[in-house]
Amino acid sequence: MTDHALRSAFVLPRRLRNGGFVVGAAIVGCVIIAALVGPTLVPHDPFAQDLLNRLVPPMWMEGGSAAHVLGTDQVGRDYLARLVYGARISLLIGLSTVIVSGLIGTTLGVAGGFFGGRVDDVVTFIITCRLAVPLILVALAVVSIVGSSFFVVVMTLGLLLWERFAVVARATTAQVRNLDYVTAARAAGCSRGYILLREVLPNILNPLIVVATLEMALAILLEAALSFLGLGVPPPLPSWGLMIAEARDYMFFQAWVIVIPGLALLVFVLGINVLGDGLRDLLAPESRA
Amino acid sequence: MLRFLVRRLALACLVALTVLSLSFALTRLAGDLAVAIAGPSATAADVAAVRTAYGLDRPVLVQFADWALRAAHGDFGQSFFFKEQVATLIADRLPITGTLGLTAIFIALAVSLPLGILAAVKQNTWIDRLATSIALFGQAMPTFWFGLLLMIVFGLRLGWLPISGTGSWRHYVMPGIVLAFTAIPALMRLTRTGMIEVLASDYIRTARAKGLRARAVVLHHALRNAAIPVVSIAAVQLGFMLGGSVVIEQVFALHGVGYLAWESISKNDYPVVQAVVLVLACIYVLLTLIADLLNAFLDPRLRTA
Repeated sequence: MTDHALRSAFVLPRRLRNGGFVVGAAIVGCVIIAALVGPTLVPHDPFAQDLLNRLVPPMWMEGGSAAHVLGTDQVGRDYLARLVYGARISLLIGLSTVIVSGLIGTTLGVAGGFFGGRVDDVVTFIITCRLAVPLILVALAVVSIVGSSFFVVVMTLGLLLWERFAVVARATTAQVRNLDYVTAARAAGCSRGYILLREVLPNILNPLIVVATLEMALAILLEAALSFLGLGVPPPLPSWGLMIAEARDYMFFQAWVIVIPGLALLVFVLGINVLGDGLRDLLAPESRA
Repeated sequence: MLRFLVRRLALACLVALTVLSLSFALTRLAGDLAVAIAGPSATAADVAAVRTAYGLDRPVLVQFADWALRAAHGDFGQSFFFKEQVATLIADRLPITGTLGLTAIFIALAVSLPLGILAAVKQNTWIDRLATSIALFGQAMPTFWFGLLLMIVFGLRLGWLPISGTGSWRHYVMPGIVLAFTAIPALMRLTRTGMIEVLASDYIRTARAKGLRARAVVLHHALRNAAIPVVSIAAVQLGFMLGGSVVIEQVFALHGVGYLAWESISKNDYPVVQAVVLVLACIYVLLTLIADLLNAFLDPRLRTA
């Protein structure tokens, strides 16, 4: 890590007054805690069916009971337990997808921005082609053809969601490339790999972290959409999208069955986006619009 | 200008060609296509019969060349499930998806342009915050869930709009709104930042100094320049919408191209799947091409690129 990256890491707590960052961090923090320790705190098994207690409403509604705080689904599984377990899935999908897409996008973008010329033309062309590919459709097709599993969903989304990383990495690398410290490193005889990893990468990291939050939010939404269409995380895993799909037949009679998982999804994604916006303001105050 | 035109056209063709190869490769992900088509209960003889019937015993390159040449002429072969020409299937359903996409982009522009302009003119007021919040929510809203909520509220509780099907224009209102929300955040942010930038420029100050009314300055002088990037992003967003309409068409049972794709995907109807991917990608390429040409027409500085 360079001095600059170190410093920004230490300055962060002092600037915590940024509202968006606090709210976003709080929401994301809650989801992370729920995902980590939630399943051990909720007294029910997210997979245990109880056909005598199907579609019990949440405890604050008529007919609800404190035994099932958020009610039960169409086969009597505890909604809170499934929701909390679903947080684990959304979080894991989001993080793993961002790792895959971040690696692909950053590699391509840095290569294009650093080497320029032909390499850059090729990178730009690949980005253009990727944008022309209809995202959800291809993701659906791939998952359907290869077979749906957690791994397949992550790889598919990762292979499709890298273009913003590439665009941002390319632009920032092109800026950094000509700065004095890169020239100095070159003059000092550093190898290309050293310059890329130790001089360029740490200095384009901040905007990439912001992109990562955006892509993570997008990946979570896409996984939910895939699961909703029956081609995401396979049942009985309680993905939030799958919960909405399974509850769809009952939503006209009891709206809460889709409101609860949908709200969880909306709030989590909103939190990630707000956190990203806050981070952008913190890491690069001059770019505030 | 001519040089720009040729370069841009060549790029579009190259992208289309790449997507053509990609959509062919897509269906080969399954490993042995003949086994997948024949189904799980097929015997070895069945698989062999399927392999010869669909020409899958030929070398992959020959298959690709054959498919690509036919596809270039609009012949995508026959659907396994519908037993119809894929091209006819798509042509029948394209108007529905097109109507949905155009409705959505119209709604999106009708919301994001005024909101973006107002947010820029009245920066840091409640209207600016409202616009920013709408953008944030639009970005975080799961489209399928938003659609279901609208169905419950406007379809069931209030009974204003039909919840599925394609009978009249009223069937397109809810799906149009839902799809519009996927584009509103980007369009509004772009309008807002574009307007803020332009409003700070010298020629706007001149226009103001010579005593033009505020409305005339904003609408005639500023908007004209701020709208240039919005035009191209609107075209790109329309392309994304057509590709993204698969989820919404499924929610509202709109039998457009997206619905066809979803049906074909769940029935392993590969010829339809690859044709839909290809057609939607080509429409996107065409839309971005038009947007770039339009931009070059509006802003001469871009022609040198």
